[in-house]
Amino acid sequence: MTYALVLAFIVVGSGWLELVLRTRVFRRWKRLLLTLVVVCLPFLLWDAYAISVGHWWFEPSQLVGVSLPGGMPLEELLFFPVVALAAILTLEAVRSVLDPAPAEEDA
Amino acid sequence: MSYTAIALLSVAVVLVLDLLVLRTRMVLRPHFWIAYAIMIGFQFLTNAVLTGSQTVQYADAAIVGVGNDTLPGQPPFIGGGRLFYAPVEDVSFGFALVLLTLAVWQFIGDRGLQAGPRSGPPMWRRGASPRSPGR
Repeated sequence: MTYALVLAFIVVGSGWLELVLRTRVFRRWKRLLLTLVVVCLPFLLWDAYAISVGHWWFEPSQLVGVSLPGGMPLEELLFFPVVALAAILTLEAVRSVLDPAPAEEDA
Repeated sequence: MSYTAIALLSVAVVLVLDLLVLRTRMVLRPHFWIAYAIMIGFQFLTNAVLTGSQTVQYADAAIVGVGNDTLPGQPPFIGGGRLFYAPVEDVSFGFALVLLTLAVWQFIGDRGLQAGPRSGPPMWRRGASPRSPGR
């Protein structure tokens, strides 16, 4: 469960920014989804290649046990959208503090 | 290609995308570097858990440091091509992933797909923001 718990930590550790710093990333869900698709595709291809040639591998006892056809664990597939989302939330949190939208823009 | 080569190549490709192709110029923005400084701290932490626990293991032939196949057990904490248990290549990999994500996010917004609502102000500043005189 180690890998799944790390992913959960990233989701929780960045997700609170949407509420408390009002990052409005989920409000911009089309832009978010498009970004995740564009970014995750090349990195998943790289990852699938690296797994296939044996650059890295995973310890089964630390995983939930669901794998994709190429041998990629489910956690590894989820790693990319989870980290990309955390990156966007972090940037927008910095903007929220240092360059916030004017109050009139509240929707 | 080794992980080392691909990791370095990925940073070069993403820098070209950010500066020349998408022209988002994230690496020239202070906000990007503040966000990245926060993220690399969490990267070191979460990656140390994944690599220190040997959930993810690396081939000696693929990295500059010591691989899990030639040295079984927990990898070095620092040294031997490892930084907080993880291969040093992960710094490149993480930077490329973060920069590509934020450049694409910025690019799509700049092109008019959900440029707003903008972020902020933080919850604790609600009502404290300057308002126009008529309100």
